[in-house]
Amino acid sequence: MADPMRIRAQLKDGGVTEVRVLMAHVMETGQRKDGAGNTVPAHHIQGITATWNGKPVLAAQFGPSVSQNPVLNFSFKGGAKGEKVIITWTDNKGDKRTDEATIS
Amino acid sequence: MKKCRVAAIAVIAAAVWLPAGPSLAQDTTKEIERYRQMLADGNPAELLEMRGEGLWKEKRGPKNVSLEACDLGLGAGKVQGVNAVLPRYFADVNRVMDLESRLVHCQVTLQGLNRADLVKRPYSLAAGERQTDHEALVAYLVGQSRGAKVNVPQAHPLEQAAFKRGEQMFHFRGGPYDFSCATCHGEEGQRIRLQDLPNFGTPADAQRAFTTWPAYRVSQGAMRTMQWRIFDCFRQQRMPELIFLSQASIDLITYMGVKAKDGTMDVPAIKR
Amino acid sequence: MQTMNRGRRQTLQSGGAFAIIAAAVSAGILPASAFADWNKAAFDAKTVNDVVKALGGSGIEKSADITITAPDIAENGAVVPVAVASKIAGTQSIAIVVEKNPYALAAQFDIPAGTEANIGTRVKMGQSSNVHAVVKAGGKYFVATKEVKVTLGGCGG
Repeated sequence: MADPMRIRAQLKDGGVTEVRVLMAHVMETGQRKDGAGNTVPAHHIQGITATWNGKPVLAAQFGPSVSQNPVLNFSFKGGAKGEKVIITWTDNKGDKRTDEATIS
Repeated sequence: MKKCRVAAIAVIAAAVWLPAGPSLAQDTTKEIERYRQMLADGNPAELLEMRGEGLWKEKRGPKNVSLEACDLGLGAGKVQGVNAVLPRYFADVNRVMDLESRLVHCQVTLQGLNRADLVKRPYSLAAGERQTDHEALVAYLVGQSRGAKVNVPQAHPLEQAAFKRGEQMFHFRGGPYDFSCATCHGEEGQRIRLQDLPNFGTPADAQRAFTTWPAYRVSQGAMRTMQWRIFDCFRQQRMPELIFLSQASIDLITYMGVKAKDGTMDVPAIKR
Repeated sequence: MQTMNRGRRQTLQSGGAFAIIAAAVSAGILPASAFADWNKAAFDAKTVNDVVKALGGSGIEKSADITITAPDIAENGAVVPVAVASKIAGTQSIAIVVEKNPYALAAQFDIPAGTEANIGTRVKMGQSSNVHAVVKAGGKYFVATKEVKVTLGGCGG
């Protein structure tokens, strides 16, 4: 099972919520060979969605050239302390992870 | 792991990046510094800290207890700041232990886990391999010492003896290259590629080194512990393999910690 | 949107990598759904032009209103921080394209109204390369480019 994400959501001046996400994922490119010379199959996050109060605030698609343990930073207008930001990712093997953070 | 010819690579780095004299060299150094700062903002080791915290608090092992009663040197269950005052003498075992030795000790004595199993493969060495529980626990524990001032004790005779042995080992030359730790880390201005190597003869350098390990290595996509760092220095010197949690490893960490007195812990760090 | 019009492909190829191509309003529109399918064609594309085509665009225009924040020199190509900010009104999506990577498109972001056209992530770079930020706004595609040098990695330890 995938490890949890680290999500920070902070309300900044001007009513903008800044979201910073760290995802635990190997992001294997499919180009690397292992010690035995066999190609390690691609294994990477493909889709990410972020919602606030049920409203989509970001959707992203990742390819294998996003770094291992991906970082994602974005911000949106609105948000209040105590409200939740929910992030979900899915990968090319069908694995999935959803975590949430409270806006502070 | 790939071979790394220290001298040759320093020359290659110079040839590639520093062809046009000191001003460009300075720009390069500044840009690399900027790159490092950008990386520091979002350290994947935080993911491992979270996992480690879970493991620390989880009831595990034959005795089905958590590690929360573990005494890491500042009292049972106290984790804040411990990494800044380790290695130290522990009366219950009558020896000096570093963080990783004490962690394994607690897993054996408190949780009833088997020591041989715990030390068999403490690091996740294969590319893309999931980090080990040991690495996760270390990530959590050292993260609890962020901002703490380094003060590795030297009051007990065994602590002083560990420092002395560590100091000797640091300067001991051997192996096919006739290297010692001091060959790279005992002089000013040494570097491998773009990394300026810390000189343990200078307090500021010793502090910079000691307070930024463990670190997440972006080239390996993994957080590495202090025990691993020393192990890898030995490998790069072509010395015999340094045994995990050996007295030698503890002595060297003691030497480095004492040299780094008053540095501010900033771990897990993030490095190239 | 993966189906490609032959004629348009020809036009694009003759246009060259950064030529300004008559920017017809894009026929292919990015999926409106937040849970869009992974755009395999875009991620398989080898050039920035092919990426734009696979995303549904028909040309790209340089823009000074896009800012790429990335290091001039990255110590390790495994992790290169890249942030893109667009001041183009009505920015709908942002894509990060690493020209010399085997698969050029690294990531693509849909920016709903209310979300700032300013995103950051980290990408792998196999070698020194141009990094392009492709922005879709008002159905048109715009691009800004920054070169990032990568020092040789791969020397573990």
